[in-house]
Amino acid sequence: MLGKLSWAAIPFDQPLPLYAMGVVGLVIFAVLVLITIRGWWPYLWGEWLTSVDHKRIGVMYVILALVMLLRGFSDGIMMRSQQAVAVGGAQGYLPPDHYDQIFSSHGTIMIFFVAMPFLIGLMNFIVPLQLGARDVAFPVLNSVSFWLSATGALLINASLVIGSFARTGWTAYPPLSELNFSPDVGVDYYLWLLQISGVGTLFAGINMVTTILKMRAPGMTYFRMPVFCWSALTASILIVVAFPVLTATFVMLLLDRYLGMHFFTNEAGGNLMMYVNLFWAWGHPEVYILILPAFGIFSEVIATYSGKPLFSYRSMVFALLSICVLSFMVWLHHFFTMGASADVNAFFGIMSMIIGVPTGVKVFNWLFTIYRGRLVFSTPVLYSLGFMVTFVIGGLTGVLLAVPPIDFVLHNTVFLIAHFHNVIIGGVLFGMLAGYNYWFPKAFGFTLHEGWGKASFWCWFIGFYLAFGPLYVLGMGGMARRLQHIDDVSWWPLLIVAELGAIVILIALVCMAAQLYVSIRTRNSRRVSGDPWNGRTLEWATSSPPPPYNFAVLPRVTTIDAFWEMKRRGVSSVEPTYETIETPRNTPVGFIVAFFAVLAGFSLIWHIWWLAIVSLLAILATAMVFGWSENREREISPTEVARMERARLELARPA
Amino acid sequence: MLQSGILDPRGPIAAAQRELLINSTEIMLVVVIPVILMTLGFAWWFRSSNVRAVRDDEVAYEGRIDFVVWAIPALVVILLGGVTWIGTHQLDPRAPIISDRKPLRVDIVSLDWKWLFIYPDQGIAAVNQLVIPAGTPISFRLTSATVMNSFLVQQLGSQIYTMPGMTTHLNLMADEPGEFPGISSNFSGNGFAWMHFIVKATTAADFENWIGQARGSGSALDAVSYAELAKPSQGVPPMTYRAVDPKLFERIVDQTVQGPDKQSASGAWCRPIMRAGG
Repeated sequence: MLGKLSWAAIPFDQPLPLYAMGVVGLVIFAVLVLITIRGWWPYLWGEWLTSVDHKRIGVMYVILALVMLLRGFSDGIMMRSQQAVAVGGAQGYLPPDHYDQIFSSHGTIMIFFVAMPFLIGLMNFIVPLQLGARDVAFPVLNSVSFWLSATGALLINASLVIGSFARTGWTAYPPLSELNFSPDVGVDYYLWLLQISGVGTLFAGINMVTTILKMRAPGMTYFRMPVFCWSALTASILIVVAFPVLTATFVMLLLDRYLGMHFFTNEAGGNLMMYVNLFWAWGHPEVYILILPAFGIFSEVIATYSGKPLFSYRSMVFALLSICVLSFMVWLHHFFTMGASADVNAFFGIMSMIIGVPTGVKVFNWLFTIYRGRLVFSTPVLYSLGFMVTFVIGGLTGVLLAVPPIDFVLHNTVFLIAHFHNVIIGGVLFGMLAGYNYWFPKAFGFTLHEGWGKASFWCWFIGFYLAFGPLYVLGMGGMARRLQHIDDVSWWPLLIVAELGAIVILIALVCMAAQLYVSIRTRNSRRVSGDPWNGRTLEWATSSPPPPYNFAVLPRVTTIDAFWEMKRRGVSSVEPTYETIETPRNTPVGFIVAFFAVLAGFSLIWHIWWLAIVSLLAILATAMVFGWSENREREISPTEVARMERARLELARPA
Repeated sequence: MLQSGILDPRGPIAAAQRELLINSTEIMLVVVIPVILMTLGFAWWFRSSNVRAVRDDEVAYEGRIDFVVWAIPALVVILLGGVTWIGTHQLDPRAPIISDRKPLRVDIVSLDWKWLFIYPDQGIAAVNQLVIPAGTPISFRLTSATVMNSFLVQQLGSQIYTMPGMTTHLNLMADEPGEFPGISSNFSGNGFAWMHFIVKATTAADFENWIGQARGSGSALDAVSYAELAKPSQGVPPMTYRAVDPKLFERIVDQTVQGPDKQSASGAWCRPIMRAGG
């Protein structure tokens, strides 16, 4: 009836995860009680949970990312603390069984449930606005995508208390991830939750590509698109091409684990290196899925706050496109040490360096955008400058690792850990946080507090160098990654410094929370009009927050930086003639699909076959009922649009 | 601060890799340092409150700058690409080390969670200690009897994966007698943190003595004792076997030898791990 599930699945003997989940459970319970007492359920359900508005979905994606950032960071600081105390004779407070789950979930969460939802959320919110569109191409599919990501996030948290998570590292290399060596449900959690959220990510990618190709405002040719849209397009193309590879790879591993097949096992002709190749055939494009939107954000931020157009727009676009193509030709640099021939290794090493060329070009172009501009040192600009300084160092160490003979001595040491945190924190995360500070007023109509924002930046910046600088040195000293215990006592001082860095990053997170709290409390004095930063692109042409239909009249685009041009020519104050606007009705289909996806995932993990079949059929039924339903759109009449527009203008005036 | 590592190489491969590491870093710093300084300098000088800065709000393209901007990283990559092509071929782990001494053959097997070193020509084997004569090239064949690991002695140079059912090749040499830490760098399960071993480089005479001692003590590594050794254990103290089945390595690669029995291997994953029994 319940498959492998029994009371033994709850780790009563390990108090730490139980306490953690107890606290989380209490917080969730308190929030639910508050919502019920205040009577917010109808609003929450009607306006958010069932929303198909790309802006609301974008906001929910970002909230998911920020919540999961707390979870991923908790894992991170627990690892750092373990390594700071488990040196020499001491064993620390985390036994291997628990520690191994923590570094596996840290990586999985940070990549799939922090970075991905953060960037998809920002793309969702901003891209249609920048294109001058009223929504994404498939609004309901968008809601399904989000809820499938949320499903994955829920399941990974469930693994804390029901059963266990994978003890294999976030890459789950076989044969360690095969049934022989990982017989419990940990790897099954990993595989199924990533399969489910992967479907959501693929849908999001398809949606974004279609939106950008088909929904641009009149006159917006490809070479008039804002660079952030280009970065979203290239990242989404990578999602569409790369994620099916991951899905197929995981299907093979699932077949090994569930049906006794031998794709990657030790016996019967299985070969683990097939998995490793396939994993990185997805994994390296994934790196660029993460960083390209960040590049787009820095381009927007630097141009806006310099009061100048982005330098050499076409070079920037060609750089994005060439990175997009090249990212598929470098996967082997993740395992130079498998013993391939020198020709093969040298080829992939050089290909990896070639990606550095367009990336370097982008850095120079940002520099020349600042040159002769009027740079305002806002929080997003601090993140951008922090990025440029930090990212070139990460690029340097990345190119070092791309030289095979150097990789032979540094691969899988903490030098590698320092390198990819250098580019992911200093690149992806700084980009996302710059975008968060930059576009927050667009989403909510009031700005974020600058003081707390800057404090948060400095803590992130200093914390990063303290936490990961020592790892570069330790990696050159021969310290492997994923060590639950450190044998060499001489490494201890540097590990303490790294621990301090993690604490400084904790302060950065506290500052971010304080920034949000203070900003909401003082929102009435922080209200802004549609265009608080003197922006250049179309998202600033509408009000903040924008109406459900984004633009009452679709803008006509004649140049790059369309809104800047409109402001230069002067916007006419005559009220235009409005047309009927069709918007999609909110629908619970995404939420319902996710509800059954949680059940399906959970029952597949625990071998509860009847429930898996029932919930998969329920998902199919939900999709079919929705597919045949009529009346999916709502028409807003011209008079209604005019009334809403006047009300908005009225509201915007005092600000 | 650190007692070992790639910055303190003790063999020709590691020394070449250290040099490559430093040279490549220097080549890139030539560009990276100016970029960091320009970022800070431009940002500070063109701050909106600086009345002395010259402004030009319209310029969006300048062909000469665009050319330089593509040329600089391209030149760096061409230079480094050349270095990479040559270095990768010279330091190929398979490439034999040129020496007038005949290489010593050592076969390496990674187990849960310890290292087995087989000396096929001497007919002995050792666990968690690798004794080699300094100044003699060592030619390794490597495999794994369990999950994937990676054999790394940073002060001697290159690492290579050990993979079940497959053989990899590695050539290293120690210049002088000394002791160097060795690790597995690829995560392999609960006992991974204890998968370290000592490499002892000795004089040729001491090496012969050690071989003699090993031959005269301990037990023989046959199918039975191998099955016992292959059981998951961690923190195994260094030990030697006086004799070894000459085809053991090949049989481990072919997976025709009794490995860790499935039940105990998977069971050990969930239970507290037993200490080495021997």
